[in-house]
Amino acid sequence: MKYPSNGRFGEFGGKYIPETLVPAIEELEENYLKFKNDKNFKKELDYYLKVYAGRPTPLYYAKNLSEKLGGGKIYLKREDLLHGGAHKINNTLGQALLAKKMKKKRIIAETGAGQHGVATAMACAALGLKAEVYMGYKDTIRQKLNVFRMDLLGCKVHPVYSGSKTLKDAINEAIRDWITNVESTYYLLGSAVGPHPYPVMVRDFQRVIGDEIKMQMKKINKTPDTVIACVGGGSNAIGTFYPLVDSNAEIIGVEAAGKGLKSKLHSATLSAGSKGVLHGMMTYLLQDKEGQITETHSISAGLDYPGVGPEHAYYKDTKRIKYHSATDAEVIDAFLLLTREEGIIPALESAHAIVEAIKVAKKSKRSESIVVTLSGRGDKDVEEVQNYLNKNVKN
Amino acid sequence: MSRIKKKFAELKAKNQKALISYIMVGYPNEKDTVSIVRGLVKGGADIIELGFPFSDPIADGPVIQNASTISLNKGTKISKFFNIVKKIRKETEIPLVLMTYTNILYHKGYPKFIAEAKKAGIDGFILPDMSIEESKEYLKATKSNADTIFLISPNTSKTRIQKIAKVSTGFLYLVAVYGTTGVKTGIKNYTIKAIKNVKKQTKGKIPVGVGFGISTPEDVKKYINAGADAVIVGSAYLKLIEKTPQNKLEEKVSSFTKSLKKQTISKK
Ligand SMILES: Cc1ncc(COP(=O)(O)O)c(C=O)c1O
Repeated sequence: MKYPSNGRFGEFGGKYIPETLVPAIEELEENYLKFKNDKNFKKELDYYLKVYAGRPTPLYYAKNLSEKLGGGKIYLKREDLLHGGAHKINNTLGQALLAKKMKKKRIIAETGAGQHGVATAMACAALGLKAEVYMGYKDTIRQKLNVFRMDLLGCKVHPVYSGSKTLKDAINEAIRDWITNVESTYYLLGSAVGPHPYPVMVRDFQRVIGDEIKMQMKKINKTPDTVIACVGGGSNAIGTFYPLVDSNAEIIGVEAAGKGLKSKLHSATLSAGSKGVLHGMMTYLLQDKEGQITETHSISAGLDYPGVGPEHAYYKDTKRIKYHSATDAEVIDAFLLLTREEGIIPALESAHAIVEAIKVAKKSKRSESIVVTLSGRGDKDVEEVQNYLNKNVKN
Repeated sequence: MSRIKKKFAELKAKNQKALISYIMVGYPNEKDTVSIVRGLVKGGADIIELGFPFSDPIADGPVIQNASTISLNKGTKISKFFNIVKKIRKETEIPLVLMTYTNILYHKGYPKFIAEAKKAGIDGFILPDMSIEESKEYLKATKSNADTIFLISPNTSKTRIQKIAKVSTGFLYLVAVYGTTGVKTGIKNYTIKAIKNVKKQTKGKIPVGVGFGISTPEDVKKYINAGADAVIVGSAYLKLIEKTPQNKLEEKVSSFTKSLKKQTISKK
C-alpha cells in the first residue's frame, strides 16, 4: 500500500493517541509529506546515507554456507556493514533530518537492543541535535556495550523500570515524555510501529534496502526466489519486502520463537498473537484473554516486543507474506554456522532470518536464489552468546 | 436522562460545581475498593471515576502506573470489576465512569464490553488513547447506552474542540497540563486560558471537567475560579490510600473528599 491516507493498512494501523499528541502527529505528517518529495531534502539525506552511513551496502553471495547446505544460493544484504552496525541508521538519518527541518531541538527515542539508540545518537551528533534515549532496565544490562556507546556519543540514556523493563516499556516512557514536552520534542521512533504516519514513514526510510536488492540482483541477472528478514517491530523487514511485494518472490518474515511458541516465552506476535490496540496502532499483539499485554521473551533484545508494525499485520492477513519463527536454540546454531562459514558475526536478531534461510536453502534447487537481510552485526551480542553457550553446554 | 447529566443539572440548580473522584479498582485490593467508594460517597463526591488497570498506561504517571500494577498483580479481572460495580450499585446511585485504555474494550469487543458495563451500572467511559478519528465503532456501540467522555488538551485547536464536543456526552475532560497524570503543584497560566477557551467554544452545551495534577482543596478552588464545571482528582487519592491503614480508609477518604468538595460549593 503506497501511502495509506486514512492511516490504515486494511484494517490495521490508525492513530490511537492521547489528545495532547494529536497536534504533534498532524505536524509530523504534514512535514513528512512536504519533505519526502523535496529535492533538497532527498539530496541531503542521500548524501548522509552514502558518505556517512556507507550506502549502498553490498549484496554478498554466501558461497561457503550455500555450498555446505547444498541447495539454493544465499545472498546476504549486508546492512551489518552500515555505520553503527545495523539498518537502524537508514531511519534515524531520515527522521533526524526531518526533525531538523521542523526546527525541533530535542530528540527522544526508545531502544531495545540499543541499536536504534546508538543510531539515533549518531545521527543526532552528526546533525547537531540533542538526543535522549529510553531503554528498558533489563536491556541496559544485556546490551551494556550499547549503553556505553550512547554515553560516549553524548546521548542521555534513561533506564526504564516499569513493566517488563524491555522495549515495550521504553516506548511507553518515550510516549510519556513526548506528551510532557510535546512542543519542543521530536519522537524518533525506531521501528515501523506506532501511530500513523510512523509505520509508513519508517518504511519509506528503510525501503532503500529492498530497492538496492532489486537493482543488485538485476545486475547479476537474477530475481530473488525467496526474500527473508527478521521481524521485531518490522522495520528492516518491511524495508526489504515493500519494494518486492509486487514481484513473484516468496517473502518470509521471521519472528522470535524464544523458548518455543508453546512455552509462552516468545515474541512471535504474528504467529501467535491476536488483534488489539497498543502504542497508537491496531495490530497483532501478544495479550491475555483480558486484553492485557503479556511479557515476551527472546534471546535478542531487538525482537523482544509484543506488537508488530501494522503493514505486516496487513500482509499476514492478505497472505502475501508468510511469517515464520525461530527459537533461541536455532538462532544460536545459525549464529555459529554463519560466523564459522563466512566470517560474518550476525546480530542475534538477524540470525533469526539466517535460521529460515538455512531451512529454505536445504529444500531448494541450486538454481534458486535466496536473499536474506542481515540487519545488523553481532558485536553487541558476543557476551550474550557466550553466556548462553556456557549455560547450555553444562546441561 | 443519564445519571451524569442528571447530576450536573442538580448541581447547577444548587449553584455547585462537581467533584469527580478517581480511584483504581483493585488497589490496594478488591475489598478495600468498596470501603473507599463508601468514603467517597460519604464525603460528598459527585461522580466517581473507576480506573480499570491496563498493562501499558501511556497517559499515566508513576502513581497510577504503580496502582495499576498492584491491581493487576492482585488479580483484577473484567468480570471481577463488573461484580464490584454491581456491589457499589446496590448501595448508591452516584454516577460511575470507567476509565481505562482502548485495548480493554477492543479486545472483548466494544458492543459486548459496553453492554456488560452498562448492565453492571457504569454510566460512561473515558479512554485516554481513543482519538475521535478511531472512535466510529466505539461510538456506535455506546450510542444512547452510556456517555462517551473524550479528552481535550491545552493544545487542541478550536475546530477540533468543536468536533470533540460533538461526539462527547456527559462532560468534556480537559487535561490541565502537558504531561501524564500525577500530583503537580500550582495552576499554569496556559491551563486557565485553556479552560476559558473550551468554555467559549462549547458555549455551555456540555460541562467541562478539568483533571491531571489537581490534588489539594486550594487547587480545586483555583480551577473552579478559572471556570471549570468539574474538577477531577485522582493521584492524590491513590497517595492517600497508600499511606492509610485499612481500618481507616473509609474515614480518611471521606474527610479528604469533604475538604475538596467544600471548594465546589459557592458561598453566598
Ligand atoms: C540488528 C537488528 N535487527 C533487527 C531489529 C528489529 O527491529 P525491526 O524489526 O524494526 O527491524 C533490531 C532492533 O533493535 C536490530 O538491532
